[in-house]
Order: sequence, then C-alpha cells, then structure tokens
Amino acid sequence: MDGQIHSLESFGTVDGPGTRYVVFVKGCPMRCAYCHNPDTWDMAGATPTKASYIIEQYERNAPFYKNGGITVTGGEPLMQIDFLLELFTLAKEKNIHTCIDTSGICFDPDNASWMETLDKVLALTDLVMLDIKHIDPEKHKELTGQPNDKILAFAKYLSGKNIDTWIRHVVVPGITDDDTYLYKLGYFIGGLSSLKALDVLPYHTMGESKYEKLGIPYRLKGVPPMDKDKLIEKKQVILDGIKARRAE
Amino acid sequence: MRPEWKNNRPEWDGFTFNKWDAEVDVRDFIQKNYTPYDGDESFLAGPTQNTKDLWKMVLDLQKKERENGGVLDMDTKVVSTITSHGPGYLDKSKETIVGFQTDKPFKRSLQPYGGIRMAEKACSDNGYEVDPEISEFFSTHRKTHNAGVFDAYNAEMRACRTAHIITGLPDAYGRGRIIGDYRRVALYGIDILIQDKEDQKNSTGRVMTDDVIRLREELSEQITALKMMKEMAASYGFDISKPAKNVKEAIQWTYFGYLCSVKEQNGAAMSLGRTSTFLDVYAQRDLKAGTFTEEEIQEFVDHFIMKLRCVKFARTPEYNQIFAGDPVWVTESLGGVGVDGRHMVTKMSFRFLHTLENLGAAPEPNLTVLWSTRLPENWKRYCAKISITTSSIQYENDDLMRVTHGDDYGIACCVSSMRIGKEMQFFGARANLAKCLLYALNGGIDEVTKKQVGPKYRPVTGDVLDYDDVMDKFMDMMEWQADVYVNTLNIIHYMHDKYCYERAEMALHDRDVRRYFATGVAGLSIVADSLSAIKYAKVEVIRDEDGIIVDFKTTGDFPKYGNDDDRVDLIAKDIVHKFMTAVRRHHTYRDGFPTTSILTITSNVTYGKATGNTPDGRRKGQPFAPGANPMHGRDTHGAVASLSSVSKLPFNDAQDGISNTFTIIPGALGKEDKVFAGDINIDLNK
Repeated sequence: MDGQIHSLESFGTVDGPGTRYVVFVKGCPMRCAYCHNPDTWDMAGATPTKASYIIEQYERNAPFYKNGGITVTGGEPLMQIDFLLELFTLAKEKNIHTCIDTSGICFDPDNASWMETLDKVLALTDLVMLDIKHIDPEKHKELTGQPNDKILAFAKYLSGKNIDTWIRHVVVPGITDDDTYLYKLGYFIGGLSSLKALDVLPYHTMGESKYEKLGIPYRLKGVPPMDKDKLIEKKQVILDGIKARRAE
Repeated sequence: MRPEWKNNRPEWDGFTFNKWDAEVDVRDFIQKNYTPYDGDESFLAGPTQNTKDLWKMVLDLQKKERENGGVLDMDTKVVSTITSHGPGYLDKSKETIVGFQTDKPFKRSLQPYGGIRMAEKACSDNGYEVDPEISEFFSTHRKTHNAGVFDAYNAEMRACRTAHIITGLPDAYGRGRIIGDYRRVALYGIDILIQDKEDQKNSTGRVMTDDVIRLREELSEQITALKMMKEMAASYGFDISKPAKNVKEAIQWTYFGYLCSVKEQNGAAMSLGRTSTFLDVYAQRDLKAGTFTEEEIQEFVDHFIMKLRCVKFARTPEYNQIFAGDPVWVTESLGGVGVDGRHMVTKMSFRFLHTLENLGAAPEPNLTVLWSTRLPENWKRYCAKISITTSSIQYENDDLMRVTHGDDYGIACCVSSMRIGKEMQFFGARANLAKCLLYALNGGIDEVTKKQVGPKYRPVTGDVLDYDDVMDKFMDMMEWQADVYVNTLNIIHYMHDKYCYERAEMALHDRDVRRYFATGVAGLSIVADSLSAIKYAKVEVIRDEDGIIVDFKTTGDFPKYGNDDDRVDLIAKDIVHKFMTAVRRHHTYRDGFPTTSILTITSNVTYGKATGNTPDGRRKGQPFAPGANPMHGRDTHGAVASLSSVSKLPFNDAQDGISNTFTIIPGALGKEDKVFAGDINIDLNK
C-alpha cells in the first residue's frame, strides 16, 4: 500500500540517534499552537509513496546511516499505522533501526483491531519518541485542540511493553514553561520504566513563515524563541520530577 | 646504500634502525619509531607568555597590513634566493623557531623567474616599483618562464586562453603543488643529503640523451640548493649539516627546508606535507629523556605554526581574484592510518590542531585531517570539537587515498595527493567543460566573443536539441579541448622546468620521481544538468542575428545532479571518464602520469563570468558551482542525496581530487551541545 508522504529527508540529525533517513507523513489530528510543520496537517497534496521505495532509497546510502536508521515523523505517523507496519516490516528485514516520532494521539485501547496492528508495529520498533505537549489536561486541550488522556495512556502502554522511549517536550515561553507543570511532567514520566532519554526542545519561530504562506493565523505571534540558558534550568525541573518519582 | 651513515651519529640514539639509516627513507623511519596515541587532549599545554607576546606582534602586523591596503612591505631590489636575505625576526629573544622569507616579517620577496611582468605588476598594483635594473635584466638578459611559454604557444593556444575555454593556466606565475620532503633535512642533515644527491648524479645514464643531460643539470641545481640551505641556516646561527638532535631542532630544520622553498618559489600552492607524526618521534624521545616539557614542545609547535601563518607572496589583484584572497595553501596532513593497520595519530597531531586554540583560528596553515573510520575515537572527538569552535579544519578521505598512495602521502593545495618526496605534480589549472559544450553546439564559435576559437565542426542545425546529436558533437569537441589543453600544459611545464626550476623542493625528492600531470575540469554540474535537460525535457535553442546559439528555452522538468538520481549522476560520471580518456590519449611532458581534478573551490566565479547561457537554465555570467558540487539550490533531497551524487564520480578518473563544498547551519548537524551534549541517556538510577 502507499503511504501519504509529505517529504523525505536523506540527512536527518535531530530526529533520533545518529544520521537518519526521515519520512515526513501527511495528516495530523492535533493543531498545536507552535507546530512548525503546519503543512503536514491535512492530507491534501500528499505524495503516495510505496514502503519499498523508501527502503530502496535508504539502502542506496546505507553507509551514511550506520549509526542511525529510519525515523517516521510528520504529521502523525500512527494515523497511517498500516503503512507503518509495512514499512517497518521491510526495514526489519534489512536490520534497519526504526523510530517513530509521535504525539500518541491516535492511541485507541478500545479498538481491538487497531491495537492488534499497533502491537505488530511496536514489535518492529526500536524507539518511540513521544512528544508530550502538556501534562495538564485543560492546558493541553487549549494548546493542541485535543485532550491528553490517550497520550498519557500510550506512554504507560509503551512502558508496559518495554519499548524504548524518549520523551520530548517543547518549552514555549509563557505557555509550557511553568515549573509546577514541568515538575508534574517529570513526575509522570519518572514512572515509565522504558524511558531512555529526555529531549527538551526550545521553542523557535522558524515555522511562522509557513503559516503566512498557508494563510493560517499564527497563534503564537510575538512569542519570543526560548532562551537556551533558561532551557537548561527548565530541563532540570523535569529531571527533579523524574527523580522524585523514582525515589518513591 | 650507505651503512656508514649511522657511525658516530649520536643524533640517532634511541631510534630503531631498519632501512632508513642507510638510505633516504623517512617513511621507514616513521613506521619503525612512531607511537600511536589513543588518549584524549587533556595532556595539551596552553600558550606561553612568549607565544602570546609574539602572536600579538603578528596580529598587529596583520592589522597594519590591512590598513595599508593588503601589503605592508615589498622587496623591489633583491631577487629572492635561498641566501639572498639576512636573518629576520619578530623578537629574537622570544622566538623558539626562527626564519622569515626576507630580512623582516611581512616583507614580500621579489621573485621574477616565473615572469618579470607579473612581478612588476604585483609591485605596481600595490604602489611599489621594481628596480629598473632588475626589470631590464629579466627582460633582456635572463629569460623567464612566462617569456618561454609565450615563445612556444601557437595561435590556437593563445585564442583558447583568451576565450577562457582553458583557464587559470600557470603560464605567468609559479605552478607550485610540489611538496619537498622537508623532514629529510631534520632526519639526515644536509651533508648526508648532498652525499646522496652526489651518488644519484653518479648513477645517471652514460649516454647523454636530452633526458640524462637535463637530469644531471637538475641534480647539480639541487646540490647547489642544499649547500645554500646550510648557508641560510648558518645566518640564523644553526648548523644543519648534521641531523637534528631533538624536537626543537627537528622542527627548526624542517621549517628551514620549507622556508627555502618559499624563498625561491611563489607557487600556486606551497604545501608542507605530513610532518606531525614524524616530529612526534623526536618529542617522545625528548619527553622520555626529560629534555623538554610538554609546555616547551607545544611552544615550539605554536611558534612553527605562527611562522607558517606569516608566509607571504607578492601577487596581483587578478591573481587574488582567481584564488579568492591571498592563499599560500600551506597544507599539512594529519592522522590517517598506516598500511599495517595502526592509525598514525600521535600526540603531535593533537599539538598541531591545538595551535588553533592557542593562537586562534586561521585559514593557514591548511590543517587537513586524513580521515578514516578507523581513527581513534578520542582523536575524532577532538577534531570535531576544534571544527566546531574554529571552522578551520579540512577533512580528506584517507580510506580512499591510502589505496593508491600508501601511508606517507600528503596533500598539496586542497586535494592533490602525492607520496612525500617520491611524487610531485605538474599543476594544470582547468578546462572549462561548460564552454566546451557550448562550442559543440556552435561549431567552435565562442558564445561570448563570437570568434572562431575551436575547430569549425558542424554546429547544431535544428531548433530543438537532440541528446544523441549533442553528445556526439560534445565528445568531438572535448577531444579537441583535451588536445589543445594537454599540449598547452606540455609547453608550460617544459618552460617552468627550464626557467623556474624548483631546486629546493626537488632536492628533497628522490632521483626518479613520479610526476603527476594534473589537469582539471570546471563546470561539471552544469554540463550534467544541461545534458539531462536535453535528454529528459525539451530544450529549444535561441540564435542571435549571426545564427549563433546564445540562449535556450527549456520546457518540462529534468533530473538534476545532486539528488542521488542515476539518470543524471551517471551522465556526470561518464563525462569525467570520457574527459580523462581523452587526456590519457596524449603525450605528456616527461611522461607525466595524467590525472584530473574536479576542485574549483573559488575560481568557479571567474569561470562563470566568461561563460554564456547554458541549457540547464544557468544565465550568462553566473558562477559555476564549486568543484563537483551540484548547482546552487538544485539539490533538493537533503545532504545525503547530494553527497551521494558526488560520491558516484570515479576517483580512478579524477585522481587529483574531487571536492565538494558543503555548508550547513550548525543546528542542522544536531542540537546545541549545551542543551544536548554527548550521550543523551539520562541516568535514572541516581
């Protein structure tokens, strides 16, 4: 089957370990205020692409990815879970390191057939990078247009399945930089036994021009980029939360 | 074989003998004596007060030079030779490594043997005037390389030169690109080297053919140069007739060797070679014996590098335009892996890179890391660290070059590899392939000057370009281009040997050297994209009132080089192979081994200016992409795809090097080290 692809990047260095081949899929149910890929939100203009084509492209330049692999991001990869299954099945035949960069929003424990597919995908997945936008349900909804209960449930599910997980969190000045919530976030992810890394990302404004081009109003107009030094302090707050949970 | 060399030779105490002690073989010395270093950079020492003081003096001189319009002082009276100038110093009491090209720092020497007009112009453009007596002497009594070349050029060669279909030719300036094995001065001392050269002279053929006569004359020139080196060193108070006895002397002797070559040659690239691991053998011995401390050794290295940063030549603004600045290309090759599998990184490799921290970043010397996947991890990390903080390191693929050149080669200029002391190069600038394609379309008529420069082959007659027809014509025109190009170079190198012979550098070579006959191409990505456009899209020609094709109308999309797309990448590969095949068919001066390069790093701007519209959509006058790069903005599939296209070019057909200039914003290479350093796994047990 075809994946609905936004673009393919042959030299990804920030989406998982090593140098990676990055697949950007189209479509996402979230509408995060700071999203820097608003051009992946809807399905319009997607390029139908075969999983085998992607693996072929990867294999051509495999020496570059010796310490890396494939990352599927987007967009929301789990929206195209059947395609993901096909892609990762082929990837694992070639022993390629696989990574999903997801918001977890599609997690649907009540849907037995979806869960069956998910389990198959996870069995072929080396790493999940789960982006938790906000720990507080209300604030999460405000920021992304969606509740966070399924996302947190997904995090626990990964932990239960012992799937290596990196938690990503974007710190936006005045929006996701409140120490109380950061500590809470840390406290929550401290409970995940499969947590391997914490990736705290500074908010930047490079996505803003895309909004102008797409004619979508930018909700964070005027919000400054996150200060790098402050970010280190914020990361520490999350780490403190993790440690507190671990100490229990 | 001279087994007696090691008799009564205290300078060699503690070294392991093998072959090098009875014949000149620096590689053998290194292999038998060096100590690979796997540790990290924590042993390194910072700059001494003397180093800081001296470097401040250099910075002040640099500032004055800039304020003075780019040149601080020029010699207009004394023709530079190895011994022409007395000693020069920054501050004698503080310098541990000494020697300048003239009698004071930042005074550029007068070197008219390449061409008196170039020397005169370099002076007059900077507000100086060459002594009229010298001008008269080199115009009337002593012929120069430049004069010789123009005596022999034919009309076609002159026309090609003017039209820039072959361009940047070293016919009015020094060709450079020859690396003397300066380490020999330190390891053997001059007296042994002279003895060796005398032996060589006695070993030439007895039938006096042109070749034998030339060789004998050259060997005599080399011996003269060696004697002058001794004299020059003596003026600084050093006796280099004997081998160096410690690391300080080894650096000083090596530098004297290099200094002699830049006193006599204003070459297009005057590279240093591969000295660090050699010098480390001395440093290890001295550290062990307690002769010097780490701080002292680093100071010698800092002062050595400082001297290399002060090498200057008198050049014209036009020359600087071709090379984008005033480069010397003091390339020093570091690291790499030996053929026995041991890596060749030593503490001295670290010390060399460390100068970028002690003295600050600088483009010279051009510190070049010979990269292998098998280099030690600590070294890789240190290289990365210094690259990030100084942006001053060049990397080259040792795994690729070791196959051809072994483990004692160095880089001349930016990518030209050669075995030190055993191989040299005849530098040959480049052929403008993009223009050649246009000549193919127009039957040899230049699209800019409208003159008949190439042969009157049949031009393209239709309105839409047909791939097979164009390829056919292009191949014919390329044959012609390679023909006139190689013949032009034959004249250039004949005359350079005759009138501007590199006696100092060649004195530090073996008798029988392999001579690479280097050619080069410019505009490869333009030609590949143009041919791809012709093949996969529709290209209509637009003719001017004289019927000359001056522009193109391209309808439809076509694969572009730089996207890992074989449809066009293989065209690029094929062009390189065909060009090299055409070059190989020719007679080359002194049986030079033909190579080609794809490496225009800066001159691509100048070549672009002289070339009309091309079928790929590039406009007249627009710069070419540098080296083997894809054209600006046409690689749209990310860096790996772009690099992958370049990597398809065959090294066998471009042995003089393939360069790809790669610029990337730091953020695209990974997250900032402050936020995201090293191993990101968080330790959850704490």
